[in-house]
Amino acid sequence: MSSARLKVVHAGPLVTLQDEGRFGALRYGVSAAGPMDRLGFASANASLARPVGQTAIEVSLGGLTLECLDGPLTLAITGGAFVLSLASQNLSGWQVLTLAPGEQLSIRGGNWGSWAYVAVAGQIEAQEWLGSAATASMTNFGGGALSAGKVLTVTQAEALPGREGPISLPDHYAPPKSIRVTLGPQDRHFSAEQIAAFTQDKFTVSGAYDRMGMRLEGPSLSPEGALSIPSEPILRGSVQVAGDGRATILLADHGTTGGYPKIATVLAEDQDLLTHLRAGDVFSFTVVTSQEALQIARKEAEVRSAYLEQLAAPRATLAEKLMQENLVGGVIAETPD
Amino acid sequence: MITPSFRPIAGHAVLVELATEISEEVADAIVSLDRAIQEAGIEGVRETTPALVNLLVIFDPLVTDHAQVGAAVSALLPLPEKGGAAVNTREVDVCYEDGLCPDLDAVAQATGGSHESVISAHLAGDYRVGMYGFAPGFAYLAGVPEGAQVPRKPAPVRGIPAGSVMVAGPQCIVTTVKMPTGWSIIGRSPTQIMLSDPDKPFLFDVGDRVQFRRISRDDYERAVS
Repeated sequence: MSSARLKVVHAGPLVTLQDEGRFGALRYGVSAAGPMDRLGFASANASLARPVGQTAIEVSLGGLTLECLDGPLTLAITGGAFVLSLASQNLSGWQVLTLAPGEQLSIRGGNWGSWAYVAVAGQIEAQEWLGSAATASMTNFGGGALSAGKVLTVTQAEALPGREGPISLPDHYAPPKSIRVTLGPQDRHFSAEQIAAFTQDKFTVSGAYDRMGMRLEGPSLSPEGALSIPSEPILRGSVQVAGDGRATILLADHGTTGGYPKIATVLAEDQDLLTHLRAGDVFSFTVVTSQEALQIARKEAEVRSAYLEQLAAPRATLAEKLMQENLVGGVIAETPD
Repeated sequence: MITPSFRPIAGHAVLVELATEISEEVADAIVSLDRAIQEAGIEGVRETTPALVNLLVIFDPLVTDHAQVGAAVSALLPLPEKGGAAVNTREVDVCYEDGLCPDLDAVAQATGGSHESVISAHLAGDYRVGMYGFAPGFAYLAGVPEGAQVPRKPAPVRGIPAGSVMVAGPQCIVTTVKMPTGWSIIGRSPTQIMLSDPDKPFLFDVGDRVQFRRISRDDYERAVS
């Protein structure tokens, strides 16, 4: 093992270093940040048998081009359906591949999805703030945004030829048509008609979408006399309604408190795919009870951990594969005619 | 005595509501309850966010559930009477001199006073940290006296530097990072609010008292150099 270096040749806006997030400081106005799609992010690390929360690159639709200065280094790319170009060859996302010194990898938006993840077989050296390298877009605290010319150092860098190739996607990993929520905690500020409109009408993702939140176009939900309520805590997934009646889903870099009433809260499990929607995409909300939300959280945790374990499971090395073939061959050779 | 209500959120949080209106009594109760929750080390509780009339409890759904968290929080009641825990008073230096107080003129005009009357009013306030929000380390300090109270500007102004001391209505914030804001900037502080220490990331805890102290331009320049 040695160190490898990756040079950023091109990076669009909002291409950042992220780890699993910065927890425990909501009380000080510090949201967790971390990946927009936590499942995609964890999958990239798991595909390289790395700890699922370790620092990786989050790529926006602005795209990213990396050049390997020192290597070789194996990378895993997951997230939305982005397109990869390596040595003038195009690949679809969800790949493990190895970059040799001098080789360039480009990642750009594809058929769907807003975020891609690049994990490394090693450890990216990153600035930490409050114990985490997660980058908050508002302040750029943490590992920070990537821009052209920046060189990333990867320690304990490895080439893992046995892991190269396509990564199997999680089940149902596609742009969602329906997003599950629990109502509230401030649904009392909305009329029965508004709650009905929220649960039955379609919403469209607007262009105002970044790591802080996703503003929606849809039925007007102007809250009743709620503009002067005391500011209340916000959590990732809160659906707040501003005075103009429009809803915004707060995401990874959300403010921690706010005075707009929250009509509903998106289940943590549905936030990952939600973040892959793009401006113009249409979806609806499905209300579940908090009891159902709890059961969903438990079931989904089980499914995800089984999936990630499978991704991380040891792969046969090339030598082992040859050995297996030889053994099989040997058995066949020894079979009497 | 305040009896909380519990609102379950998604599969992993509970909002503990103590009141719908802001009061000193409610603020004290939130600080006490928040402290009690942290000291109790309730199984599965990951994090709490205290705010003005309620506090958010985020939990691990694999370990506990909404009802168990609600029961564990209820079991901490009744809360100890006020005075159970010491209240910290934090001192924050402010320089109100030219170039560091772009909105002092406007605030003086709006309040029908002078630079000095606004400054005196601001210094006379007995401030309390109500909650954090908006950006890392932005602590909402309640208690701006009327002589320094102005409404928010109609539109936010960009690029307000860290350390700005700004007011809107009865609230004051000492900023920690460069931000756009619609609040009025009446001075600049060299006091470090953002300590960047994982064990004590910021100077204030919710519930702390804050006292502002006037410093000269020279003192300010020395402090930031």
